Amino acid sequence: MTSHAAGMDVLPCGYVEVGPDGVITSANSRFLTLVGLTADAVVGTLTFSGLLAVGDRIYYETHFRPTLQMQGEIHEIAFELVRPDGDRVPILVSASTSDDESPVTRTIVFEARDRRRYEKELLRARRAAEEAEAHSLALATTLQQTFIPPTMPDIPGLEIAGAYRPAGDGSEVGGDFYDAFQIHSGEWVVVVGDVCGKGVDAAVLTSFVRHTLRALAVQWDDPSQILRELNAALLAHDSDRFCTVVVLRLLRDDDSWLVSVSSGGHPLPILVAVEGAVTEVGASGSLIGVLSMPQLDDDRFTIHTGDSLVVYTDGVTDARGAAGTFGIDGLFGVVSGGVTSAADTTDTVLGRVLDFQDGEARDDIAIVTLRALAADAGLHAPDAVQARPDVEEKNRALRALQGLEQLEA
Amino acid sequence: MRATARLNAKVSGPAGAPALVFAHGFGCDQNMWRLVAPSFADDFQVVTFDHVGSGGSDLGSYDPATYSSLAGYAADVVDLVVDLDVGPVTFIGHSVASMIGVLAATERPELFDRLVLVGPSARYIDDGDYVGGFSAADIDELLESMESNYLGWSHVMAPVIMANADEPGLADELEESFCRTDPDIARRFAEVTFRSDNRADLAKVTAPTLVLQCRDDLIAPLSAGEYVRDHLPDATYVVLDAVGHCPHLSAPGPTTDAIGAFVRA
Repeated sequence: MTSHAAGMDVLPCGYVEVGPDGVITSANSRFLTLVGLTADAVVGTLTFSGLLAVGDRIYYETHFRPTLQMQGEIHEIAFELVRPDGDRVPILVSASTSDDESPVTRTIVFEARDRRRYEKELLRARRAAEEAEAHSLALATTLQQTFIPPTMPDIPGLEIAGAYRPAGDGSEVGGDFYDAFQIHSGEWVVVVGDVCGKGVDAAVLTSFVRHTLRALAVQWDDPSQILRELNAALLAHDSDRFCTVVVLRLLRDDDSWLVSVSSGGHPLPILVAVEGAVTEVGASGSLIGVLSMPQLDDDRFTIHTGDSLVVYTDGVTDARGAAGTFGIDGLFGVVSGGVTSAADTTDTVLGRVLDFQDGEARDDIAIVTLRALAADAGLHAPDAVQARPDVEEKNRALRALQGLEQLEA
Repeated sequence: MRATARLNAKVSGPAGAPALVFAHGFGCDQNMWRLVAPSFADDFQVVTFDHVGSGGSDLGSYDPATYSSLAGYAADVVDLVVDLDVGPVTFIGHSVASMIGVLAATERPELFDRLVLVGPSARYIDDGDYVGGFSAADIDELLESMESNYLGWSHVMAPVIMANADEPGLADELEESFCRTDPDIARRFAEVTFRSDNRADLAKVTAPTLVLQCRDDLIAPLSAGEYVRDHLPDATYVVLDAVGHCPHLSAPGPTTDAIGAFVRA
């Protein structure tokens, strides 16, 4: 029985022939050396799969044999032979089955210790890479959550809603951010911005910008001045990145809100009047973090009950889809006709922009909608900040600046 | 997505004839039935399909939670029969698909009037006196073996599976995906398959059932087949003179005859 394969003794690999019942019908000497058995113990007695590790036998029965039966041949399958002393020999196996009355499966077997060790290292490395990727995704998500407030504050007389959607699958940290916080009683600041670039460096700067803005908003009144100070801080910062930011300062005045707004290279907010008219508001200015003497101005106006402001990043207007670019016209189209609630409008804008690009955001999207409410409406959270005489005076000055109230001496 | 599209279902045979639904087991796809199923297409509607995650199924429908138990696969079989509106059917499942059929027939008995279980095992891992044939460590080793052999998977999906100039017909007939699928899904399917325990489900089957056991089957040894036979309320037991776990490939004639005798009785 061994005579045929014995002629294969000159081959530099193991060689066996297997009958239709899986039993080995001949084996060359190198194969016998690999399995550590004599020809008498193997030929006509053992099946090929019987020499494999048990896990490999399942693979053999469910993949190797069906493929061989269906396709006539199979290549480069990794198995382990188990020798009588329990030692395992990693092998690579290729086989083909003759197409005749009594099919014979001719099988060549290579010892593959080094290759398998190398492959196992590759697998380990791949698994480590996959874990690192999952870890970095979790990190990105966590970091991204710090770019926006966990919840929007309750502002008496103002309904406010924000939405944020990272680009793509969210695996890369973007630079969009927004914030809304109280400065004094009845005085609030809302910021929306976009730090250029992506990744860890951009994320670090985004955190820096958001927190610097909070600090500056307490010190300075005019949005343009806040931005000027932010510009200086960014130029001093060890980063060559820049950002676009829009700052809105809102001061409650009976049933109205006095708004001052300045944009540093950022898309201007949209004012949606209660009756549905839509206009851009604010003064366009320089990018923040580029020029030492940026051009930054304030625009001042008043919003009344039912008026709304939609503040957004360029992920909205630059969205591209089969129908072209979403653009400012797309945004006007969504909000014209009025805003019934800040939350609904925010959701609608986000939904339309995502639909426009088939659900896959190509850039980060941030949207904040503000809607002025009647004096008694809204949630009245207790004011955490005590009214202070100097602030009262400052606010009177601001009202005077906007020509709404005589400056009281 | 409709079940027929999700599961890459193929239907042949005369409309209105009783339906046979062939389900493949762990490893490979519906092509496993190509030497058996077509011979029934004269007087039966023959349905073959790929489980989600295998063959030409919609990989996008694969949800690890849904398919973390055989119940997820059984729900697909029910969906398929409902979607095709061919019930009650005879369900013919190989290997793990036999337990998928048991679960489907238990869930919706009115849709299944007969079952054929080819190489069934209600539990692969030994448990006390029960002999499934494997230890838990063996299954870990299988998962490792699969991992070793999917090393180049992403490159192999290119049309290189088989370019056998001597048998171009065979190559053309085969799906390129035969026996190849996403390694992560294959691993999960292996875990679900070999770590399931469906012994308690057997008694709930009301449909008459044919158990086809191979004479010498490493995956489903005689002890496993006999256990299934002894715990089904209405079982016919046939031992095929076949070696290995795939009698529909190694002994298609006797397999076809045994199924034919049962479904035409």
